[in-house]
Amino acid sequence: MTVQTERPPTGPPDVVKTDGRPGDPGKPRERARSLAPYLLLLPALAATLVFLGWPLVNNGMLSFQNLNMRQFILHLTEWNGIDNFKEVLTGEDFWRVTGRSIAFTAVNVALIMVIGTLVGLLLARLGKRMRTFLLVGLVLAWAMPVIAATTVYQWLFAQRFGVVNWVLDKAGWHSMADFDWMGSQLSTFFVVIFLIVWMSIPFVAINLYAATTVIPKELYEAASLDGAGAWKRFTNVTLPYLRPFLYATTFLEIIWVFKAFAQVMALNEGGPDRLTEILPVYAYIEGMGNQHFGMGAAIALLTIVILLALTAFYLRIVLKQEEDEL
Amino acid sequence: MWPNAVAVVLFIGFVFPVYWMFATAFKPTGDIISENPVWIPTDVTFEHFKTAVEADHFWTMVGNSLTVTLLAVVFSLIIGLASAFALARMRFKGRKGFIIGFMLAQMAPWEVMVIAIYMIVRDADMLNSLVPLTLFYMVMILPFTLLTLRGFVAAVPRELEESAMVDGCSRMQAFRRVILPLLAPGLMSTSLFGFITAWNEFPLVLVLNKEAEAKTLPVWLSGFQTAFGDDWGATMAAASLFAIPILVLFVFLQRRAVSGLTDGAVKG
Repeated sequence: MTVQTERPPTGPPDVVKTDGRPGDPGKPRERARSLAPYLLLLPALAATLVFLGWPLVNNGMLSFQNLNMRQFILHLTEWNGIDNFKEVLTGEDFWRVTGRSIAFTAVNVALIMVIGTLVGLLLARLGKRMRTFLLVGLVLAWAMPVIAATTVYQWLFAQRFGVVNWVLDKAGWHSMADFDWMGSQLSTFFVVIFLIVWMSIPFVAINLYAATTVIPKELYEAASLDGAGAWKRFTNVTLPYLRPFLYATTFLEIIWVFKAFAQVMALNEGGPDRLTEILPVYAYIEGMGNQHFGMGAAIALLTIVILLALTAFYLRIVLKQEEDEL
Repeated sequence: MWPNAVAVVLFIGFVFPVYWMFATAFKPTGDIISENPVWIPTDVTFEHFKTAVEADHFWTMVGNSLTVTLLAVVFSLIIGLASAFALARMRFKGRKGFIIGFMLAQMAPWEVMVIAIYMIVRDADMLNSLVPLTLFYMVMILPFTLLTLRGFVAAVPRELEESAMVDGCSRMQAFRRVILPLLAPGLMSTSLFGFITAWNEFPLVLVLNKEAEAKTLPVWLSGFQTAFGDDWGATMAAASLFAIPILVLFVFLQRRAVSGLTDGAVKG
């Protein structure tokens, strides 16, 4: 996004009032004008502070409370210091879920970025008609609402009459004819990952393709004249151009995948036996499901901290870059 | 010729789940639960759509989803546009801070904050109401709306506005008559993403609105399959009904949507 160069507020000062009579640029008017941007920003700022800021603060406060069903019903506030955090951090579950979440994110993001990039480069190579054809397919997958897509995947991977099991059976893998995908941790994760990767590739591929269209063709010609082969041209011309884009997309995908609550929850509610809970689902099930609201809030806070840590590196680059640019 | 062959395989891979949803929705139950899949529905039926539409509370939830989504989009456009105008056109102290602040707000961990939000809404005695949903969705899509619109406002040449003011328009009039019409495409693509986000939102409504009268379509759909057992025909019909508005919007606005998203999401 381009950032326009700034000029002082108005070119010709607004000396013309609605009734067409020149107004006097007196002091109160000056002040009103200097306040104008803040007044314009006020509604958005207030709404964000109340509906985003307050839940964040509230989450922090809840995480230091002993808040279970009893306290919840009686509206009691029982502070218990860092007990929630002590219990969460010394328990095995939290670390197991954290490790699982990070591995889950890593696998998804790696698959999304690698396949997405390859599909994007393929789009750049295709002829116009073939490209439009593939773009339509990608856009359809991209536009599918998460819950609708999750429901469709339940049907594709259904134990009985699911088309996936039928294909595997016909392909000679007969033991899969009646396979229960939701029956084990690995196979459930396989379906979730398949779903997320399928839904996420279009964003990466289409945008990557768009990014390749701005690479000057002369660079490739020059590289060819210098005797660069396909691979050299890719690493020396294409890749440097795409690098900022690849960083940005990887960063976004990490955030999105790490918080993939809807897919996991709607597919199998973190089951079987809570084995596919990732951090947001774990916080939800501990907090809402088991009605340990304070514990849930503590897990939520830790989840946010982990998310920040995972993305801090990139966040710093972006913020710094923005400051330079503005 | 291998790129074309790969493209065809990929096309099938990406479209198949969408196709299978629609195909199943139109097949008679006998064709759905058959030993060999019926790839193309020859015997088309609308019975599953009827089941879905006649399911309890379906129309209530359509109404709820539309109300919450449209109101959230409209509100966020109005207050987002005011801020976008200030950030694009005025110079004032703290401008950078606001922009960076809204960029951070765009990454808000909504999925993780459900417990805190639940407690707040309960204390306000607003569970099972559409009001908090609307407000939270508005704030959820606000940073994206605001930052994207800022880019669109900045792209309108300042001279147009200035000459309108020389011709006797107030700043407000210049905005309404000159800038607003030029922003129409920007407003459209921004509201598309707002619409998709709010239409799809799942975690908050799952937690806040447990009563059927106050649910929205995503929760209805996620519960549908449980309620209807293995009636995949009805489930796929329900999924189709839920997905169609977005699929249609997306296909129509695809080109604009893509550039809007990269601008807005990647670089705020």
